[in-house]
Amino acid sequence: MELFLEVTLKLLSGFGVTCKLFILTLVFSLPLGLLISFGTMSRFKPVSALFRVVVWIVRGVPLMLQVFIVFYVPGFVFGTPIAERFDAALIAFSLNYACYFSEIFRAGIQAVPRGQWEAGAVLGMTKAQVFSRVIFPQVVKRIVPPMGNEIITLVKDMALARVISVVEIIKKAEIILAENAIIWPLFYTAAFYLIFVGALTLLFGYIEKKQSYYKI
Amino acid sequence: MSFTEKTVDGADIMLAVSSLTKSFGEVSVLKGISFSLNKGEVLAIIGSSGSGKTTLLRCLNYLEIPDGGKISVSGTEYFSIDSGVPKEAEIRERRLHMGLVFQSFNLFPQYTVKANLLLAAKLIEQEKLKKRLNNREIDKAQYKEEKARTAEMLIQKADSLLSRVGLSDKADSYPCQLSGGQQQRAAIARALMLEPDILCFDEPTSALDPELTGEVLNVIRSLKGKDSTMIVVTHEMEFARNVADRVIYMADGVIAEEGSAAEVFENPQSEALRAFLGAAKRK
Ligand SMILES: Nc1ncnc2c1ncn2[C@@H]1O[C@H](COP(=O)(O)OP(=O)(O)OP(=O)(O)O)[C@@H](O)[C@H]1O
Ligand SMILES: [Mg+2]
Repeated sequence: MELFLEVTLKLLSGFGVTCKLFILTLVFSLPLGLLISFGTMSRFKPVSALFRVVVWIVRGVPLMLQVFIVFYVPGFVFGTPIAERFDAALIAFSLNYACYFSEIFRAGIQAVPRGQWEAGAVLGMTKAQVFSRVIFPQVVKRIVPPMGNEIITLVKDMALARVISVVEIIKKAEIILAENAIIWPLFYTAAFYLIFVGALTLLFGYIEKKQSYYKI
Repeated sequence: MSFTEKTVDGADIMLAVSSLTKSFGEVSVLKGISFSLNKGEVLAIIGSSGSGKTTLLRCLNYLEIPDGGKISVSGTEYFSIDSGVPKEAEIRERRLHMGLVFQSFNLFPQYTVKANLLLAAKLIEQEKLKKRLNNREIDKAQYKEEKARTAEMLIQKADSLLSRVGLSDKADSYPCQLSGGQQQRAAIARALMLEPDILCFDEPTSALDPELTGEVLNVIRSLKGKDSTMIVVTHEMEFARNVADRVIYMADGVIAEEGSAAEVFENPQSEALRAFLGAAKRK
């Protein structure tokens, strides 16, 4: 019993790192994803082409490899490696997920009928006003389900941070395994993920329900 | 006798369009449209599908940029190919002379009917107030006071417009809870909020079930008055005949015939218009 408590506390500290990485990744990748979606939709062809290539590369290369690249490559190129392993993981995750999110945003924005833009325009609204007051709320309604999916995947992808020795929950369990020769803590981590993903699922359900007062 | 000539020297010409052209790629859709409209007049535009009626209204509202020609509103330049395409901010300002009611209503689904009416009007008033604040014409306290006052004023205006289109009881409903006819009436009220000099309608009843067209047409008819200039693209010939002061028949990107409602409907000059009217009657 004492051992169970001790392991739980240790895993919790690891899960704290997972959560911190998760929340910071969302904070950076959601706005960045929106910006990238604007880039890919730019009417200026070279800009949209450039952004599409970036999205293709980032989505085409394994995330684990990107984590390695962000951690090691600056060291080769500039001679100064990224100081913090956590920061390297955060940058890699943020860039990677921003590209996935950008495609969701793009689909959501393009699904709003052109008439909505035009109605706002003929009422003398600026493009920015139409986007923020009219279009974006409808985009949010449309993208809650696919975003929910992607964000749940993100929770589990956090485990990849261990490849550069960020001590998140699974790394923690591996350390316990190495030090105490007990394997069950590794399987026990699943409980943490399940509870967290369960809470997120409820949250997305709630957001979806809150948006259901109108139809598009 | 041409309508344009008759009104050229009139002081109250609201809208003058001359030699307006527009192509999409190779396809020439407007091939030199010229007409003018006096203040308080209702102009009906009729014509078969693809003749360029929608494109004309979109040009009038800067949703398309014409390739050539001139548009002036109350004697001031609204569009001129010689002056080039105005900047975004300038387009926004000029657009406020025009209102447009769409075939498909285009209400903002996430807002109540009343919020639909208030959204743009509020933004415009706030922008004006901010400008005055930045120019130090008013101080912070006055700004707050004015903001509350204009908000109150706009709400009253919205209420009175909603009662005018018979939607007072739907002010707090969402568009998805309304019938098509009610949605279109809300869209008309929304366009009126900004008091455009000229209100354009693009087939306002085409997306409606037949039994709902009457209520929308009645609202449009009720707007007729010495201060409201309107352009209505419509397939409702009875409506055009009874309500319009002027009728334009468009065919293949040009104005094929124009005149008073009586002239156009009772005495069509061309075989094409006779055929068009005959086909419309049979429907
Ligand atoms: N954005 C566009 N790109 C290419 N062609 C267009 C575009 N908009 C309109 N057209 C073409 O221009 C022509 C005129 O279209 P428009 O919508 O103005 O006709 P209309 O008179 O309003 O017809 P309807 O009665 O069917 O509404 C059509 O042949 C149409 O295919
Ligand atoms: Mg049309």
